[in-house]
Amino acid sequence: MESPEAARLSAEDISPSSNGPKAEPMLLDDDPDDLFAEATEEVSLDSPERQPILSDGPSPVITPVTPVMISSRADVFDRSPDQDEDEEENRDTFDIQISVSDPEKVGKDVCDSLSLCLQTSLSIFSRDEVCVKRRFSDFLGLHSKLASKYMHMGYIVPPAPEKSIVGMTKVKVGKEDLSSVEFVEKRRSALERYLLRTVKHPALLKDPDVLQFLESSELPRAVSTQALSGAGILRMVNKAADAVNKMTIKMNESDAWFEEKQQQFENLDVQLRKLHASVESLVCHRKELSVNTASFAKSAAMLGNSEDHTALSRALSQLAEVEEKIDQLHQDQACADFYLISELLGDYVRLITAVKGVFDQRMKTWAKCQDAQVMLQRKREAEAKLQHANKPDKLQQAKDEIREWEGKVQQGERDFEQISKNIRREVGRFEKDRVKDFRVVIIKYLESLVHTQQQMIKYWEAFLPEAKAIA
Amino acid sequence: MTSISEDSDKEKVHSVSVDLNNDASLVIDIPDALCERDKVKFTVHTKTTLSSFQKPEYSVQRQHEDFIWLHDTIVETEEYAGLIIPPAPPKPDFEGPREKMHKLGEGESSMTKEEYAKMKQELEKTVQVHEVFLQRLSSHPMFRKDRNFQIFLEYDQDLTVRRKNAKEMFGGFFKNMVKSADEVLISGVKEVDEFFEQEKNFLLDYSSKIKDATAKAEKMTRSHKNVADDYNHISGALNNTAADNNTAFKKHLEKCAEVFEKLRVSISKVEDRMASDQELKLTELLRYYTRDIQAAKDLLYRRARALADYENSNKALDKARLKGKDVAQAEENQKQCLQKFDKLSESGKKELTSFKARRVVAFRKNLIEMTELEIKHAKNSVSLLQGSIEILKSN
Repeated sequence: MESPEAARLSAEDISPSSNGPKAEPMLLDDDPDDLFAEATEEVSLDSPERQPILSDGPSPVITPVTPVMISSRADVFDRSPDQDEDEEENRDTFDIQISVSDPEKVGKDVCDSLSLCLQTSLSIFSRDEVCVKRRFSDFLGLHSKLASKYMHMGYIVPPAPEKSIVGMTKVKVGKEDLSSVEFVEKRRSALERYLLRTVKHPALLKDPDVLQFLESSELPRAVSTQALSGAGILRMVNKAADAVNKMTIKMNESDAWFEEKQQQFENLDVQLRKLHASVESLVCHRKELSVNTASFAKSAAMLGNSEDHTALSRALSQLAEVEEKIDQLHQDQACADFYLISELLGDYVRLITAVKGVFDQRMKTWAKCQDAQVMLQRKREAEAKLQHANKPDKLQQAKDEIREWEGKVQQGERDFEQISKNIRREVGRFEKDRVKDFRVVIIKYLESLVHTQQQMIKYWEAFLPEAKAIA
Repeated sequence: MTSISEDSDKEKVHSVSVDLNNDASLVIDIPDALCERDKVKFTVHTKTTLSSFQKPEYSVQRQHEDFIWLHDTIVETEEYAGLIIPPAPPKPDFEGPREKMHKLGEGESSMTKEEYAKMKQELEKTVQVHEVFLQRLSSHPMFRKDRNFQIFLEYDQDLTVRRKNAKEMFGGFFKNMVKSADEVLISGVKEVDEFFEQEKNFLLDYSSKIKDATAKAEKMTRSHKNVADDYNHISGALNNTAADNNTAFKKHLEKCAEVFEKLRVSISKVEDRMASDQELKLTELLRYYTRDIQAAKDLLYRRARALADYENSNKALDKARLKGKDVAQAEENQKQCLQKFDKLSESGKKELTSFKARRVVAFRKNLIEMTELEIKHAKNSVSLLQGSIEILKSN
């Protein structure tokens, strides 16, 4: 499914240094159709009725009793000194820890208000430790701001988590049902990963909106609710896709690197989606295994009770106990499967969509440049015609327009160069970071598997003498 | 055609029923099995010193249906009513692989390694269960002398014709008998013997529990195999990603390729082996004893039937005495019923006692073996995983 997603600016505004939402605030949301069957419907939750003061007020709903909370830490990211000369990051060791916690229920949304805590030694922050409260819509708002500011420059802006409507409705059914606990943890951890990725980006870290988001106790509710609505997003996406498709002049790719990289990302996209599907299947089957193990444990206990040979009866009861413990192990492992690997892969797939979006931006920039050249050509032709028409003021206007469009062409060419340069750098950084990211997570996951197996060994070794004692 | 050859020694001890094949005078095993199209052909190999056999050694080809024929004829034999008749082996289940075999025959697709491995596992299981059936017969003092058993072992032709004849003769007769016997038992025959009263209660309860445990174990094993399959797919996908040259990160992924291969072995193969061993030791054990418990229950039913017959004969005798007609005949009938009942009770007691011992020994052996295997696999997995972690950390 090829839907070039990117924040699209209206064609007129090509200034790269916007420092605020000049264009319509847009939400960059990737198309999760094939991955998250539940998360396809993006529906406006920020409807007018749901404005600031809600009748219930925030009520803490679920004590996070989730089995495994994987806390993401950016101190794992270690900077190697050989960065591009363009990168102006600090030479401090990158030390920033972000945790997102205390999900609170606000109105219908079970995980809407969260605490965001920041610990850092970086100088750009005013304090070493900060804790603030944020709403889910604030996160989305931050992302939309960043997307509108940086996407068109070729920066890869990390995508924000989805709202996932199905997760919401599940919650309405039961107070403490497991799926809602899972949903809350899923969102909490997704938001944490999102922030960490955002601050890892050197340019984004310095962005005033990001700093404000992380530090200030109150955030202005500047984001218009319309923009976050599902219909609005769909419109944006389709407009963007149309823009690229309607490009009458196919981009003449002079730089082989771009062509190659685009193809590689296409391939990677396909592979990651397959991998993600397999991992989701694993999570599902492991949960089944846990359920079936628990069920077998009960049955073995019953069999033990029925058994009239004393020693065998005892051994069967012990077997039932072991299987119960193993069931718990499976549950924990399923969590690790999910939070470490499955969610990570989902993040990657969406990141790659952001990468592809950036390539599309470049094409759009190129198209703009072409359009400007065409325009310039026309103005020149018009001026040439007016030369013979003897209309001095119109001629002057034509000359002015030529100058104007010459300027635009130059600007367009500069933009194109800049975005190409940015993308090269971004992709290089992205590749390095992601592989590190990936490796760290795989190591964590393997360690979780080792732990599970070691526990298994313990349980079975404890059972062995019981089995041998059957006489 | 897929075949397996058991390289292990002839004196193989089966987990589900231990202490078989100890008597060298009649040694039976199934060294080979062929799976062609939709039939499995077992090679039944017999070594004997008994004079009742024509030759000291035989090898014959038998199909599953032949085993069923043998089982049914033994069940129908009145003489064996007081014995626990070894349960018939279940039909080999090769659903998926069978379709593949058909396709292979038509020269279509080829089997993947996975499918082949699964087929081999199924084959091993079915061989084990058919072999145990024969060995239970050969190790029992009465069954081993059975005429049909001997024919089964030594007749070098196809048994198909014999099977057809037998079906015509008996055709479902016994099944009907069991049904009515079932009801007799349930309707609460007054049990005088304490031993049998206890056994009845135990067997009735135990049989439903073990049936349930078997079903749950099967589900658990199936889930375990699914997990192993998923790991296989994942590692395959990872390998593809690493091997694909035209992908982003390829430089970095090359370093990981070695690790992914190790992971494939450590995670997916080990999980698969764990699942298989659990199936062989636990699930198969429970399956077998569910059938064996049923065989023990059948014995009780037959005895209960004999008891009912005896009581009926008593009533008939009383009636005859009252009428003064056919008294001698009725007396004779009553005597025979009593004899039959006593015989069943006596041999039944022996059989049920040795059954319990056999069951306990088998459970012990299997539980120990399963536990030791789980430990071994888990340790193996840990060392492989730790090796992979080392490699990844050092990069």
